[in-house]
Amino acid sequence: MLNKQTLKRNTGIPLDLGFIQSININRSAVERRASTIVKRRTVKKQHQAAWLLKAITFIDLTTLAGDDTPGKVRRLCQKAKNPINKELLIALDASSLNITTGAVCVYHNMITSAVDALKETNIPIAAVSTGFPAGQSPLSIKLAEIEASVKAGATEIDIVISREKVFTGDWQGIYDEVKAYRLTCKEAHIKTILATGELATLTNIAKASWVCMMAGADFIKTSTGKEPVNATLPVSLVMVRAIRAYFELTGFAIGYKPAGGIQTAKQALEYMILMKEELGNKWLDPHLFRFGASSLLGDIERQLEHFVTGSYSASYRHAMS
Amino acid sequence: MSVKEIFTTMEYGPSSENSDAAQQWLAAKNNQLNHYINGQWQTPANKQYFASTNPATNDKLADVAQGNDKDVDLAVSAAKKANNAWQKLGGHGRAKYLYALARQLQKHSRLFAVLESLDNGKPIRESRDIDIPLVARHFYHHAGWAQLMDNELPNYQALGVVGQIIPWNFPLLMLAWKVAPALAMGNTVILKPAEFTPATAVLFAQICDEIKLPKGVFNLILGDGIAGQAIVEHKDIAKIAFTGSTAVGRLIRQATAGSGKKISLELGGKSAFIVFEDADLDSVVEGVVDAIWFNQGQVCCAGSRLLMQESIAKKLTNKLVARLNKLVIGNSLDKSIDMGAIIDPSQAKIIKAMVELGVEEGATLHQSNSKIPTNGCFYPPTLLTNVEPASTVAQQEIFGPVLVAMTFRTPNEAVQIANNSRYGLAASVWSENINLALDVAPKIKAGVVWINSTNIFDASVGFGGYKESGFGREGGKEGLFEYIQESWQAKLTSKIATKAKPQKTNNKATAQDEINIDKTAKLYIGGKQVRPDSGYSIAVVDYNGQHIAELPQGSRKDIRNAVEAANKASAWSSASGHNRAQVLYFIAENLSARSDEFAKRISQLTGKSTSDAVNEVELSIRRIFTSAAWADKYEGKIHTPPGRIVTLAMKEAVGNIAIVAPEEAGLLGMISTIMPAIAMGNRVIFVPASETALLATDFYQILNTSDLPGGVINIITGDRDELTDTLAKHYDIDGFWYWGNEAGSKLVEFEAAATMKRTWVNHGKIYDWYDSSQIESDLFLRKAVEIKNVWVPYGA
Repeated sequence: MLNKQTLKRNTGIPLDLGFIQSININRSAVERRASTIVKRRTVKKQHQAAWLLKAITFIDLTTLAGDDTPGKVRRLCQKAKNPINKELLIALDASSLNITTGAVCVYHNMITSAVDALKETNIPIAAVSTGFPAGQSPLSIKLAEIEASVKAGATEIDIVISREKVFTGDWQGIYDEVKAYRLTCKEAHIKTILATGELATLTNIAKASWVCMMAGADFIKTSTGKEPVNATLPVSLVMVRAIRAYFELTGFAIGYKPAGGIQTAKQALEYMILMKEELGNKWLDPHLFRFGASSLLGDIERQLEHFVTGSYSASYRHAMS
Repeated sequence: MSVKEIFTTMEYGPSSENSDAAQQWLAAKNNQLNHYINGQWQTPANKQYFASTNPATNDKLADVAQGNDKDVDLAVSAAKKANNAWQKLGGHGRAKYLYALARQLQKHSRLFAVLESLDNGKPIRESRDIDIPLVARHFYHHAGWAQLMDNELPNYQALGVVGQIIPWNFPLLMLAWKVAPALAMGNTVILKPAEFTPATAVLFAQICDEIKLPKGVFNLILGDGIAGQAIVEHKDIAKIAFTGSTAVGRLIRQATAGSGKKISLELGGKSAFIVFEDADLDSVVEGVVDAIWFNQGQVCCAGSRLLMQESIAKKLTNKLVARLNKLVIGNSLDKSIDMGAIIDPSQAKIIKAMVELGVEEGATLHQSNSKIPTNGCFYPPTLLTNVEPASTVAQQEIFGPVLVAMTFRTPNEAVQIANNSRYGLAASVWSENINLALDVAPKIKAGVVWINSTNIFDASVGFGGYKESGFGREGGKEGLFEYIQESWQAKLTSKIATKAKPQKTNNKATAQDEINIDKTAKLYIGGKQVRPDSGYSIAVVDYNGQHIAELPQGSRKDIRNAVEAANKASAWSSASGHNRAQVLYFIAENLSARSDEFAKRISQLTGKSTSDAVNEVELSIRRIFTSAAWADKYEGKIHTPPGRIVTLAMKEAVGNIAIVAPEEAGLLGMISTIMPAIAMGNRVIFVPASETALLATDFYQILNTSDLPGGVINIITGDRDELTDTLAKHYDIDGFWYWGNEAGSKLVEFEAAATMKRTWVNHGKIYDWYDSSQIESDLFLRKAVEIKNVWVPYGA
């Protein structure tokens, strides 16, 4: 696993509008690569088990609902600390790996409950912010929200960009906004949510990825989970290619977080294959890769149990979050 | 490795496709593969077998029957016997069998895929996800064509027994491309798979047996070139379809010359992969992987010449070198590889030698540093940069995972370099500018152009080459014509079918009086009347033997000049159909104005009655109208293969067409052959009928007044056999239409082998030039065009 210190944190670079305008993504070719990349590699047996354990460490275990309560968040945090049952861990000889999820992800109001539940662990708390999910609130309120969340104990802030600025071509506006969020986050890491399902074209998605990275994002993230289309492999391919090019240009390694719709162990493996093929093993690390997911963990547990016992599992055998 | 260790290394680990079922299938055959003839498994006549191995491990898979002429004889007689009933079964009857084959292929898809990968060395991912699904798709699609044949192709019939010889790079897919259309159209088949890869063809024969395909409809002959030669030379085979090297294709063209066999050849390539500066470069990189590192580069249409716009060349090269090192090479059954084994050590040796030569000639070598298995036959993915068009590796097909890279400055230069090749199979054009891409695609002399994509195929879309990449199309409606003939063509004989020869006339005085015998006939080259290079003339006599004029004696140099003039008239090929139609109508108008004069000349030369002569002129004018009418209507097609892709099947002129006119048909024969050719945009070098050549030299005066650009029609009179010989040996003639004797037909076909001219000869048979339903049929237009398929994937 990467040591946080070995990663140079992205400081951002000046916005290069000429470069942004020159970006052109060919959807058909991207879709072709996305559909074959996951057929070119596969992991089986103990390799699959190891990869699934690794997948757990990438999960931002998430609850983002209007009916969230401190009780619900406590349950979530308990699951984040003990994501798989101990018998399975023993059978896999993996207890010493001290596997937890990558983080828990909640709304601002639930941060204190999470801090409470996660004290004495290293599990980060991510808070969605800046008028999540639509982002249609005044900038001053968005900045205040970030400030409050950091103060409350969130170490990762998932912000949403103003989609309206994408459609009006106001890249400077997005750059300035993200830069301001980044400053307000201080030590907390900033994940910029592009809401890719709303941006619609892959070219928009690539441009938005670049603008966010140039403005200092630590992570770029696909979706709020509230858009009609969430993370997809073609979208991910475009975003990770942008990450690769930004790394080649600046030496800053930016993280990637696909979110929404990733519900099965098989999907998780596909995303991990994509990361390994396009970016390399360095990105198979929770500092640079996260899944925004709520039901994924359950399926991973069932698959691990199948690996250990040879029998297909049932959901009720595994603790809920 | 333990779970804990893997958790740190994050390696993929092994994932091998299970081959038990395939091994059991082979074992059930005692690891011996035999011919399938007349519905029976047949041991070879000479009792000989050779070993077939798995190139990824060098393990022997099976002993394979070595076929010879005796086996082929047996198969042909079975196919011949079965043919009548198979045709009579009708479209729907055959459709049911093709549908059953498609279903069975799907039901046994994994067995086919594993067997294919074992036998060929290709990654299981490719055989499983690409080859086998396309095979099933091909049989479904052609079940449909069988079903529709009676209504859609009412005036056509099967050819009879067809011989099909296929290569080792896509064993089952090439079988499907050949067998499905042949069976659908009512032919019976002798198929010979490549000696290296017979396994899936044997499994296919087994399926034919299981679905109770009538005996003799599909026959399988195993073996090497000896069996292939026996098929090529068999007198009862009506057609040879071949996919393989240009060298062997050339031998087949020569061996079948004059035999009356129809042939289609899908040969080598050196396809250009053109990248413009506005392309999505990360997608381009994966395109290159699919172009040249697909199937170990053993793909006839592999994008093996990378042409990069100078402004992005360095950036793209860096990306490619980085990508090269991520490719995984391994056993064909490993599910996590990108490239498998080379088919045979002999092939690997050729690849190695070519790469060494490339480096010797100044190329920079980039090879993948990925691990390569030590047993088995492997060659690393390779990129050669600093290659120039003059380098050997830029000209010759390597047929391995070797990409050569060059640069260009402008779109025109990209086209020039792309076309600077004897081959013309495929090309790939990468740009986000639709204006640019759709401008460049038609300019590339290749049968398939993929825009922002590469190596995609479908049963509904024709595939085949220009130039030395062969001729004929496979797939789609355009591919069906390789397996059918016009019913009237099947009935042609060498007897003149039309009117009896007229009696000598007594009106010689009138004819002579009214025609100016001092008219100076010249050759017509580049729109100008020119004297023959030889300085000799031939005396022309009328029907009664009276000397009436001299004709120039054209020779080699005149042919050379005519071809050069035709090349200069290339704008005619890109002119709109509407423009060409106007010129043709004008020719008809001007001929009409002088119809009396032409009728008299016809009478004078042929002894025809005035009314017959007038009739011939009238019919000629009608023919010009028909060609003019078609000029802007014989349009391309849009294919809709699965996926978000539109494929434009464009009809393009063949280029320079030599036409040696039918001796018996005078003005009508000249008009009936030249007009469809030029209507479709070709330039013509025309050799008229000997006895009526004066009509051709009269005719150029009409051309001169009809706005026809110089060089579009060139008329050379002289000794027909000598001119035919020179034209047949000219490398810059693209098509050759010949109506004459059998010897001439054979010569034209034989000599065509050098540059793979598209030939259309009559083998001494006589067409009924007065039958408009035949002579104004689609056939004449089809022969005048090449079909190019431009694939355009789209998506916002």
